[in-house]
Amino acid sequence: MGSEGRRRGSGAGRALEETEGGHRAVTIEARVCRVAVTEAAAALMRTLYEANGPLMFHQSGGCCDGSSPMCYLEGEFRTGASDVLLERLEVPGVAEPVSFWMGARQFERWRHTHLTVDVVPGRGSGFSLEAPEGVRFMIRSRLLTDAEEEVLDHRALTQR
Amino acid sequence: MTRYAAPGQPDALMAYQSRYDHWIGGEYVAPAGGRYFENPSPVNGQPFCEVARGTAEDVERALDAAHAAAPAWGRTPAARRADVLNKIADRMEANLAALALAESWENGKPIRETLAADIPLAVDHFRYFAGAVRAQEGSLAELDEDTVAYHFHEPLGVVAQIIPWNFPILMAVWKLAPALAAGNAVVLKPAEQTPASVHYWLSLVADLLPPGVVNVVNGFGVEAGKPLASSPRVAKVAFTGETTTGRLIMQYASENIKPVTLELGGKSPNIFFEDVSQHHDDFYDKALEGFTMFALNQGEVCTCPSRALIQRGHYDGFLSDAIARTERVVQGHPLDTETMVGAQASNDQLEKILSYLEIGRAEGAKVLIGGERVDLGGELSGGYYVQPTIFEGSNSMRIFQEEIFGPVVSVTPFDDFDDAVKIANDTLYGLGAGVWTRDTGTAYRAGRAIQAGRVWTNCYHLYPAHAAFGGYKGSGIGRENHKMMLDHYQQTKNLLVSYSPKAMGFF
Repeated sequence: MGSEGRRRGSGAGRALEETEGGHRAVTIEARVCRVAVTEAAAALMRTLYEANGPLMFHQSGGCCDGSSPMCYLEGEFRTGASDVLLERLEVPGVAEPVSFWMGARQFERWRHTHLTVDVVPGRGSGFSLEAPEGVRFMIRSRLLTDAEEEVLDHRALTQR
Repeated sequence: MTRYAAPGQPDALMAYQSRYDHWIGGEYVAPAGGRYFENPSPVNGQPFCEVARGTAEDVERALDAAHAAAPAWGRTPAARRADVLNKIADRMEANLAALALAESWENGKPIRETLAADIPLAVDHFRYFAGAVRAQEGSLAELDEDTVAYHFHEPLGVVAQIIPWNFPILMAVWKLAPALAAGNAVVLKPAEQTPASVHYWLSLVADLLPPGVVNVVNGFGVEAGKPLASSPRVAKVAFTGETTTGRLIMQYASENIKPVTLELGGKSPNIFFEDVSQHHDDFYDKALEGFTMFALNQGEVCTCPSRALIQRGHYDGFLSDAIARTERVVQGHPLDTETMVGAQASNDQLEKILSYLEIGRAEGAKVLIGGERVDLGGELSGGYYVQPTIFEGSNSMRIFQEEIFGPVVSVTPFDDFDDAVKIANDTLYGLGAGVWTRDTGTAYRAGRAIQAGRVWTNCYHLYPAHAAFGGYKGSGIGRENHKMMLDHYQQTKNLLVSYSPKAMGFF
């Protein structure tokens, strides 16, 4: 199961590069996971980590700046029983893992998709840390393969 | 067709200043940190002014000014406060086209909308609350012969208001008008995507307001919005935005035991029962327009009818006519009066919409029309334009479940009444909905069964001041519009008075 998952995972990474054109940075996606990070997003996380400290994401839904991953100091946003921890992202150059959260009910509607945190030039969004830098984190999505879903569901069960 | 000259052009109706500071205590105050940020127009992507980059220090200064002004404003007779609101409305009406131009240039929305909707609605909003506060009364209850409970409305004091970028002036007015009518002083933070048009509005009306009653601090959410929303010195926080920031604001407010109102968006169903197609008459034409309302304001509306549910009996015919109607939507320069769809408000908004077009296709939704970014050429090449897009798919797809905030509608069929209500309510949100039918019984039952704060019935996207607006479920807490908003910005003071000279007899 594990090796199958890794193989699928790297395959998925290639798919992402193809769909988004050759200009986009290579995706860091070494194993089956729900959330990956582009090189550009990882570089921004390093900058924010150096300036602020440990980081977390909470995926927003709804209006205006919604459907964006909001980046906060770890612990700034209080998560609880209504949230799901999708990943603890290992980002090179960031000592502590970056937790990636989503509301549980939103996750039920997103769980069949794989998310990649990317960054684009942009202007502001909620209280997310990167906004004053003139950039915005954003989510790119693709469908999880059946094999990936199996691995991830199995992992969720065994980690209970 | 009329093409309005862009702000600052020789024959333009208005010009933006090259720089805006914070408006605090009735004067412009430079940001404590000395920093500014560029403000681009979505029409062409080019910066047209720079705006103060506020920090906690600026917020404190604005709160000082608001606290200094609040007591006298709160004691000002309602008749006098209403007079100020009416004069603001008159001033705006006299400058309606200039305000419309300012708003379109900053937001990218077509000027036919700002001329016909945004600014006239904002004008009327001030007048409505001027009237509402004049008519507001407290109450008394005669508890017994000698005991009376009096209920007085008192202003909250100083309130924080955080404004979204999709209707910068109208959304500011939705929050300002009831708060001011009720006797509060305000510290307002415009969205960093659209920080300037409220300053043009101020240039027209600031002399009508006592210093410190309205204060505007610009800046980014994390630097200026957070210190405002988390301040123990505000009596209430009103926010329009998205769910994660809404939750964060509630968390801050809980630390200070302060109330919040939150408007957090939706995924509004627009339901077309098959009797709509019984006749191809005016009503059928109106229903097709109702479908096409997904493109209003480039889809950047919290109540965008972004899920169209069409009954199977007329699915093919109605959808084909709806596509034809959408094909007639004119996309172009936002300052042309013929343009119906202009620019998305920012580059990251554009990117997000494009990412949803991608996942929609990946999930197997069929693109019936649109689906691409548009290059309108010339100076507009640098702007943020997306084709009005119709997807066909199923309600479990992410394009049916998430607010894209673009000119994108996702269409799916339904079998009968129960199926329609089931699909309509299968969402995290509950802000708006549309019901289209010739049968008043169906209309009534559907309207009551849909879990949403507003159900437009045989209409859509009307925003009169006298109708309450707000969300069920994940769409937020509280309401905007309607005279009930006065209560949202007031405390209830109960004086429980005994006129009896006799002891109660306990001790």
